[in-house]
Amino acid sequence: MDPNLSRLLIIDLSSKTFRIEERTSLFEERIGGAGVAIRLLHEFCPKGTDPLGPDNPIILAVGSLSALFPLASKCVAMFKSPLTGNLGESHAGGRTATSIRMAGFGAIVITGKSSQPVYLSITHNDVQFLDARSLWGMARGDTIARIIRTIDGNPGTRTILRIGRAGEQLVRYAAVTSETYRHFGRMGLGAVFGSKLLKAIVISGDAAIPVNNIKGYRLLYDQIFDAVTKSPIMKKYHDVGTAVNVLPLKSLGSIPIKNLTTSQLEKSDQLTGEEFVSNYLARRLACSHCPVSCIHLAQLRTSYPHDPYFFKTTSVCYDYELIYSLGFTLGIANPKQVLSLIDEIEGTGMDAMSSGVVAAYVTEAMKNGLITSDMTGGIELEFGDTSSYMQFFKNLADQQIPFYKNLGKGVDYTSQLYGGSEYALAFGKNEMPGYHTGLAAIIGYLTGARHSHLDSAGYSVDQKPKQSTPEEIATQLYNEEAWRQILASLVICFFARGVYSEEMVQKCLEVSGISKTIDDLVLLGKQILYEKYQFKFREGFSFRNMRIPSRITTHPSGTGLISEKDIRKGIETYENLLLSSGTGPAQSE
Amino acid sequence: MSTRRLAVIDANRCVGCQCCMFACNRRLGVGGLSRSAIHISSVGGISRGFSVKVCRACEDPPCADVCPTQAMKRRDGGGVKFHQDICTKCGSCMNACILGAITWDNENNVPIVCIYCGICARYCPYQVIELEDISGEM
Ligand code: SF4
Ligand code: SF4
Ligand code: SF4
Repeated sequence: MDPNLSRLLIIDLSSKTFRIEERTSLFEERIGGAGVAIRLLHEFCPKGTDPLGPDNPIILAVGSLSALFPLASKCVAMFKSPLTGNLGESHAGGRTATSIRMAGFGAIVITGKSSQPVYLSITHNDVQFLDARSLWGMARGDTIARIIRTIDGNPGTRTILRIGRAGEQLVRYAAVTSETYRHFGRMGLGAVFGSKLLKAIVISGDAAIPVNNIKGYRLLYDQIFDAVTKSPIMKKYHDVGTAVNVLPLKSLGSIPIKNLTTSQLEKSDQLTGEEFVSNYLARRLACSHCPVSCIHLAQLRTSYPHDPYFFKTTSVCYDYELIYSLGFTLGIANPKQVLSLIDEIEGTGMDAMSSGVVAAYVTEAMKNGLITSDMTGGIELEFGDTSSYMQFFKNLADQQIPFYKNLGKGVDYTSQLYGGSEYALAFGKNEMPGYHTGLAAIIGYLTGARHSHLDSAGYSVDQKPKQSTPEEIATQLYNEEAWRQILASLVICFFARGVYSEEMVQKCLEVSGISKTIDDLVLLGKQILYEKYQFKFREGFSFRNMRIPSRITTHPSGTGLISEKDIRKGIETYENLLLSSGTGPAQSE
Repeated sequence: MSTRRLAVIDANRCVGCQCCMFACNRRLGVGGLSRSAIHISSVGGISRGFSVKVCRACEDPPCADVCPTQAMKRRDGGGVKFHQDICTKCGSCMNACILGAITWDNENNVPIVCIYCGICARYCPYQVIELEDISGEM
């Protein structure tokens, strides 16, 4: 195994010191990424820690295939989530994984709290703690990256992670952005950065990565490269991008529209991936080591209201989730207006999915008189009214009005205060993603360890023709999620999951110097999942007291009405499977 | 034998995937980007696209001119050949190439220079770069 992979960098922001530890057996046993990160989270995060206190660690981990194989292009972040109060896990692309690996580390742990705003510059054997006071409070997050890249690291091989003002203001769903368009979006890593006065991290290095058998490596590489560049599954991400999902999901009535109050959005013909490509797509980008290039950038041209000869032209990154959360669910059918909202959110550094769901809830709650314009600082939200949403998101990121401080804690929390929890669309306290496809999606949101639609892909189970029982669905989701722990440990982009079969993963590991059988890997996936739940239970999570917003069961999904009884049955099956896989002392109440 | 070099066909189509850089590195028996002779970096922020830095096989190469030991030697038809065994690791070639096409392998302490093999181009999914025959032009 590459000796650099097992190097763990531990940084303490309080004392501005760092140390490097060799963790060979941990990396050999856990293959990297999520598997290593969850162990480190157990080790570094004391029980009951305040997620915004100095003890909450930020863990960044890469896998044994990072910078070796195509599409092993993600980095895993783990921390205690300020949004859910339990497991915080988020994955981002860009160059982060490559840069960490080339800086000669398998994982980085950041603890403590700086006494003043700081940014970190990490290289092979050094960590610099640099003054970030003049970067703190800047209006737009992308300005920070622009400044840092002129002063630090080698262009092309460095990564720049940074937060925006929402992270500084501790919005619990603030994101960390890498390479301008990739995000550790969900679960509030941005707020954890903010709580530590950590504005940004630059990582660069040029360590080579040894392989076991160069000939075997090249052959295997070519096999994967060919599969990825020719595979029909990847074509969809490559051409139109994930926004290609709009049309099929819309025709099934599976997109949550106007906070899931309707299944149709009038005049939304323009709001499709195909229309974005023909009218707005300006450039496509890729993460480091990904030939697919699924990142779609639109060109947005906005005129200045009082000077028709001045324009602001911005590149805005869009995908399916954003079109859902800042378009469909807010009742906005005009693509240009959706792009301008994406740009606004991007500037604040908030998670676009959570922000959109929060805004949709407030819109409905205002209609029902639970929230008034006295509370919002004079803003009246109405579905379709882009300019009010624009102002609303500004206020939300700035956190200057008390009402927005509550909203900044998430829609689950907010609805406990103001009511309307039946339509506060969060699962396990994480705001809903853009798939109301059916029972499997909902069971997946509730049972997935990080409450993400990518944990077990229930939305895709729903779109298969076969109707299954809740028990069958739960079993399928559990097995899928357990295997995804292996992909998340390596850390392979889930878009390439079709290419990285069990056999393929096993062979790739072999040339990178780790031998495991497929059975070992399947078991390891279950163990990692179990350990994630051990952490969740430790921090008070329970399957039994999960809130299910009743809107989910009263508004038909793409496959018809879902019953709460079926959802609960699915959760119970999942819980039994999980607990029976465990070896250690993890008990749900 | 024909003389070849790498041509940048259209940098505008570059998506920044760095598959070319990884390919150049694999040629040398390792993973990562540490020894790549081709460099992709953004043109001041990735929203504006990428620049492709690679040896353009100068007809009259300044990098060879400044080499005190002729480790970097003119190649017939343009570009250079690098002879590692007589390189004194002075770094002059790197400074002489104003394109920045020569970089440094810090691990082995030697300059990294393109050998015009075209492997990188084979792994570029977007036809940004191409191995081109220049013997006819000379
Ligand atoms: S390394 Fe630079 S100076 Fe030397 S031949 Fe190539 S482009 Fe010309
Ligand atoms: S032509 Fe060969 S040596 Fe030159 S950059 Fe491409 S792969 Fe590297
Ligand atoms: S492989 Fe092609 S598209 Fe990718 S970075 Fe290199 S030149 Fe650009």
